[in-house]
Amino acid sequence: MNSLRRFVDKIKPNFEKGGKFAALQSTFEAFESFLFVPNHVTQKGSHIRDAMDMKRTMIVVVLALVPAILMGMWNTGYQNALAIGLERTLLGNFWFGFLKVFPIIVVSYVVGLGIEFLFAQIRGHEVSEGYLVSGILVPLVVPVDTPLWMVAVATVFAVIIGKEVFGGVGMNILNPALTARAFLFFAYPTFMSGDKVWINGLFKGEGIVDGFSGATALGQAAVNEPQILNTTGDPMTGMDMFLGIIPGSIGETSMLAILIGAAFLIYTGVGSWKIILSVFAGGTVMGLILNSFGGNALMEIPFWQHLMLGGFAFGAVFMATDPVSAAQTERGKWIYGFLIGLLAIIIRVLNPAFPEGVMLAILLMNVFAPLIDHYVIESHIKRRLKRVKVSTNA
Amino acid sequence: MSKVFKIKKGLDIKLKGTAEKIISNVQPASTYAVKPIDFPGIMPKLAARPGDTVKAGSVLFFDKLRPEVKFTSPVSGVVKAVNRGERRRILEVVVEADGKNEYEEFRAADPGFLDRGQIIQKIQDAGLWPSIRQRPYAVIARSQVEPKAIFISGFNTAPLAPDMDFVVKGNNKVFQTGINVLNKLTRGDVHLSLNADYPAADVFTEVTGVTLHYFKGPHPAGNPGIQIHHVDPVNKDETVWYIQPEEVVMIGRLFEQGVYDATKVIAVTGSEVKKPRYFKVLSGTSIEPFVVDNVNPGDLRYISGNALTGSKINKIGYLGYYDSQLTILPEGNYYEMFGWIAPGFNKFSVSRSFATWLMPGREYKVDTNLKGGERPFVLTGEYEKVLPMNIYPMHLLKAILVDDIEKMEQLGIFEVAEEDFALCEFVCPSKIEIQSIIRQGIDQMIKELE
Repeated sequence: MNSLRRFVDKIKPNFEKGGKFAALQSTFEAFESFLFVPNHVTQKGSHIRDAMDMKRTMIVVVLALVPAILMGMWNTGYQNALAIGLERTLLGNFWFGFLKVFPIIVVSYVVGLGIEFLFAQIRGHEVSEGYLVSGILVPLVVPVDTPLWMVAVATVFAVIIGKEVFGGVGMNILNPALTARAFLFFAYPTFMSGDKVWINGLFKGEGIVDGFSGATALGQAAVNEPQILNTTGDPMTGMDMFLGIIPGSIGETSMLAILIGAAFLIYTGVGSWKIILSVFAGGTVMGLILNSFGGNALMEIPFWQHLMLGGFAFGAVFMATDPVSAAQTERGKWIYGFLIGLLAIIIRVLNPAFPEGVMLAILLMNVFAPLIDHYVIESHIKRRLKRVKVSTNA
Repeated sequence: MSKVFKIKKGLDIKLKGTAEKIISNVQPASTYAVKPIDFPGIMPKLAARPGDTVKAGSVLFFDKLRPEVKFTSPVSGVVKAVNRGERRRILEVVVEADGKNEYEEFRAADPGFLDRGQIIQKIQDAGLWPSIRQRPYAVIARSQVEPKAIFISGFNTAPLAPDMDFVVKGNNKVFQTGINVLNKLTRGDVHLSLNADYPAADVFTEVTGVTLHYFKGPHPAGNPGIQIHHVDPVNKDETVWYIQPEEVVMIGRLFEQGVYDATKVIAVTGSEVKKPRYFKVLSGTSIEPFVVDNVNPGDLRYISGNALTGSKINKIGYLGYYDSQLTILPEGNYYEMFGWIAPGFNKFSVSRSFATWLMPGREYKVDTNLKGGERPFVLTGEYEKVLPMNIYPMHLLKAILVDDIEKMEQLGIFEVAEEDFALCEFVCPSKIEIQSIIRQGIDQMIKELE
């Protein structure tokens, strides 16, 4: 450790003002602070500071995603094995999925961080940690067969248009990872929907077992199938949905893995339990309303299954809770989350063009979050003014 | 027992180095200083030059904007130096003690026989007026305005704060006189807040002429700003004053004995102090006698005041006017490898992402490392957890940053002081200097409205 520190200290002058590589100062700083928490001491104000910083905050979110990542990798292998009629071991399935998913993660990080470094350098800022989370969210919300160049293009779009044009981390209006997903959805719809894209290999169509279907539960319901079946033709059970052994985007299928992540986020205090809870509440309310009408397959999916299908749980736990694009007042968070849940199910069930509504619901509420906050603050100000009146009357 | 105000939001930071309740005797310091930088918003004008002989209570400088506000020497001796900083700003006026303990004579008087104007005059002449501060703005009280109430916090919840009961012990009579004086300054109530968790000293409980309140909960429950907010909040065009108990004692002495006796009891605290104890000193003392042979080796941060709101001084620096505490902590100027991902068995944090969360109740040795880089506002809802006021902290801060005077007013700038936001700054994962922003906002308001 000391020798590494000595080496860093030795090369540091090159990257400081007047040094040979002064243009790369932000980049150097990013790597240095990755290796070592800096020796900066408090100058003004409180002399002591909480040990929590932005890096740790972000790493907590990444750790919370680990169950979903692992489960997603395994499920990728498992679904592929079902499709081509192979028997693989647990590890074999996982390894197969790892080889498919890891390149997507690498592309997302390399492209996204590259742009982040570039912008930090241009602005003369420290490189912000925000992309540590976005960079892993992007691979988890795309189908496994998404071509790598598409991931790269979407990442470029999301980081530049979704974030940097607004001023970088903390200033963006839309959730960057969902911006990437929305870009893919509208630019390359054939790769993002249908019953061929969710399972690796189906698209090419080689060696697929007879009668095998890669349609997702929501996809089947959207075309009014009387009973929702799993990939091998048996009825899909609630347990399948809960464990996530169904087709879908890489990280979104397993309710169990997502709930483990949610528990970790809430326990560490990094994710807002108010948002998570209220998204589920909104989804439940809308699900119950639609159930009471019934009429077609989508409307008759029991409300509790709605919460486990598609990207609902993943969106509630990891996307809606992004503090920058969510409502910022505590009261606003309840409203924001509830409306996301409500809208997600409405779009999912009532709009024939989109079998999945979570992404659009969250992006829409991202846009409305400042308005929600505005009204929360206005009512707060009104209450404060009332206090003035009471005290002058008294 | 009167109503107990339960404060739920906040945070008690348990640091190592609580002062043992013993008053140690050391040779008094040889130099003392009054520091204009302790008083936000004043423009100091010197009234004494280096070489002048002064007594305790002789004027050293006054406020050019309000010449009646005088700052006097706590000790008799010779003016040794006027230390200046950037742009010749006066940082401190240093007096070398001559050991004679001579006092300017202000004449003892029964406050009952004086009118408000005479009382204010007397306090100002002795240099004790700056001890009375006001909300809005958290600055020295404007004497021409009559406050709707005066607040005294009888306990301090800041990290390692001195025990107020111990500090004022035995001053029953002068404390009562001080309270009588304050009662002449307002037609409203004089409020004294005590900690509901333990019985307070008889100095506080037996005093008459005050309205007692009890508070229960973590820091900042002991801050006057929080108590004002809960008991009788400041609205636009209203003023309340507040003063610390040890200063009430000094005012009491002025009226009993006719002199400015700046004696107070201070706590020397912090993980790097060998024997954290209490000392009886004069206000503005050099800290030298209390730290010589009493601190651990290494790079140290000397703080006049507590670790959250105190000011950085050097090892022969001077205690601030309002401070009854010296905190000595290790400097954090070191690198920590992969510190942002390590489990953190010895790190204090409100978030439960550190392993220390599993060990409640222990005391921490916290250093001055910033523990991260400065970032824009990202996380939300963190400040709200440690600010027990009906105020939206992040929105107030943003209003200040964009200079929106109207929003600042609507969101409660009149009620706050830096110290109330110190915990927000402590917990801020973006490492934003929140206390500076609050003072910046207050300065803008003063400029706009006065």
